[in-house]
Amino acid sequence: MRSLDNPMILREIILDHYEYPRNRGLTDDKDYIKINMNSETCIDDIDIQVKIEDGVIKDFRFDGEACAISTASTSILSELIKGKTLEEAKYIIEQYNNMIYEREYDEEILEEAIAFKNTSKQANRIKCATLGWNGLSQIIDEQKVGEPHD
Amino acid sequence: MLDVEQVRKDFPMLSVSMHDHPLIYLDNGATTLKPQSVIQAICEYLSSYSANAHRGDYDLSHRVDETFENVRQKVANFIHAPKKENIVFTYGASDSLNLVAYGYGLTHLQEDDEIILSFQEHASNTLPWFDVSRQKGCRIQYVTLDQDGQITLEHIKETINEHTKIIAISHISNVLGYLNPIKEICQYAHQKGIIVVVDGAQSVPHMPVDVEELDCDFLAFSAHKMCGPTGVGILYGKLNLLEETSPTRLGGGSNSRYYKDGQVTLKKVPAKFEAGTPNIEGVIGLGSAIDYLTQLSMKEIHEYELSLRRYAVDQLLQLDNVIVYNPDAQGPIAFNIKGVFSQDAASLFNTYGIAIRAGHHCAKLLDNYLETNTTCRASLYFYNTREEIDQFIEICKKGDDFLDAFFG
Repeated sequence: MRSLDNPMILREIILDHYEYPRNRGLTDDKDYIKINMNSETCIDDIDIQVKIEDGVIKDFRFDGEACAISTASTSILSELIKGKTLEEAKYIIEQYNNMIYEREYDEEILEEAIAFKNTSKQANRIKCATLGWNGLSQIIDEQKVGEPHD
Repeated sequence: MLDVEQVRKDFPMLSVSMHDHPLIYLDNGATTLKPQSVIQAICEYLSSYSANAHRGDYDLSHRVDETFENVRQKVANFIHAPKKENIVFTYGASDSLNLVAYGYGLTHLQEDDEIILSFQEHASNTLPWFDVSRQKGCRIQYVTLDQDGQITLEHIKETINEHTKIIAISHISNVLGYLNPIKEICQYAHQKGIIVVVDGAQSVPHMPVDVEELDCDFLAFSAHKMCGPTGVGILYGKLNLLEETSPTRLGGGSNSRYYKDGQVTLKKVPAKFEAGTPNIEGVIGLGSAIDYLTQLSMKEIHEYELSLRRYAVDQLLQLDNVIVYNPDAQGPIAFNIKGVFSQDAASLFNTYGIAIRAGHHCAKLLDNYLETNTTCRASLYFYNTREEIDQFIEICKKGDDFLDAFFG
C-alpha cells in the first residue's frame, strides 16, 4: 500500500495538525486582510488573516473555535500556500475542492492535504474540511476585484 | 409501567439504520420521532377528507372544521387550559414566542420598561425580546443563575424592580435541562403586575403540565417535539391577555368584516391570530400525537425518562474522560468528552449510528456561564432504552479515537 493510502498515516497527519496547528494566532498588523468564517451549519468559527504583497501570499494566520477537521485542514492550507502567488494558490484550492468533491485532482500538489481525501464519505464533515479553504478563496476573489487590470 | 419494547413498535423510524448501525436517536430536544398513528392521521386527512377549514359549506369541509377544532380542545385538555379559546395554533414554539413579543410586548411596553430573561433561553425566547426592547427603548435584565446554572425564585426577586414588566423564561432549559420554579415565579411576579411568558418547548412533551396550577400568562410549545409533525406550534394565553394581544399577521379567516376606508373588524380570540389557511394536516397530526401521549400517560412518560436519565448520568459520571454539566437536571444531558471538540464527538457518535447534537444549542449566551463554548447534548425520550444508553456509553469511552470516525 502506498503511504498516501494508509489511513493510519493520514490520521496521524490530521492529528498532528490538530494538536499543533501551524500559523495559529492572529496579528494586529494592519497589512493583513481579515475574514471571519463562521459556518452556518455547524459551530466552527475561525478568523483568517492573509498578507499579500505583489500578488504573493507572504503570510497566512488563523485562530478560532473549530473542530479537528477544520483546524487541521486550515493548518495544512496555511503551510501549502505561503509564498505562493495568488494564481498558484487558486490552483491548489481548486485541486483540493476537486478531491473533496470526488473529481480528478492533482495529488502531488496537495501534499499533506490529501489526508482529507476521505471527506466525501463523511458528507457531514465537508463543511469542516473546506471552511478555511473557502475563506482563502474568498479573500483571493476579492483581491481580483480590487486590483487594477494591466 | 411503560412497556418500552411495545412502544418502540409504534415508531417506524426506530427500524432505520444510520451509518450501517441501527439508529439510536438521542436528539429528541431537537425533534422527536413520530408514531404510526400520527403518520396515519395525517395520511387520512390527505387521502380521504382534504378540504380547507373554516371555509366550505359542504360535508368534507365540515368534517375538517370539526376535526381541527377538536384538536384545539385536545390541546386545552392536555395542558389543563380552562377553554379551547386559550389555544392559538401557530407554526412552532418560535412563532408562538414571536407572537407574544410582537403582539403583546410591542403594544404594551414603554420606554424604560424592563424585560427579564435568563442566559439559558433559546434564541427564540431572546432575539424577539432584543428587537422589541430596541424598538421601544426598554432594557433587558438577566436573572443570575446559581452555581449549578439553576434559576431560583430568590434570583428572580433580586432582578425584579419597579420597571419590570415581563419575565420570559423557559420551563425546562434546552441546554441545562433544569425545571424552573415557574409556579413560584408567577405567584411573585403577579403581585407586582408582571406578565410571565413561559417557553414550554422542552417541558410539555416530557411531563404533565397544568397551566392553571402554574398560573403562567403565556406558554409556547411545538408539536414536533412531542411526536407530532413539524410546522405546528401552540400558544396558550390567558383570555384577557390574548384579547389585548394584536395579531402579527392579517388576512383571510382572521377578520369578520372590512371596508374600503380601511376599517377592519377582527374575529374573536383565537381566530384573530390565525390568518391564512392553517397547517391543517399538521394540527390533525398534533391531535393524534396528544391522543398517543395521553394514552401512554404523561406521568409515566415523565417517570420513565427521569429514571433513564439517571441511569445514563450515573454511568457517564463514572467515566474519567467525560464532563457532565448538569447531572441533576431533568432535561437534555449536556456533556463533553475531555479534549475532544463537541463537533468531533458528535461525528464519532454518528459513525456508530447514534444521533446526538453538538454546539451552542441556540443558547449562545450560556457559554460564559458554562466556561465551555460548546457542548454535546444527548436528549432522551420515552422510546429510548437502557440498552441504547449502554451503547452510547461505550462510544463515550472511545472518545480519544474520534478521528477514527473520519476514516470509518
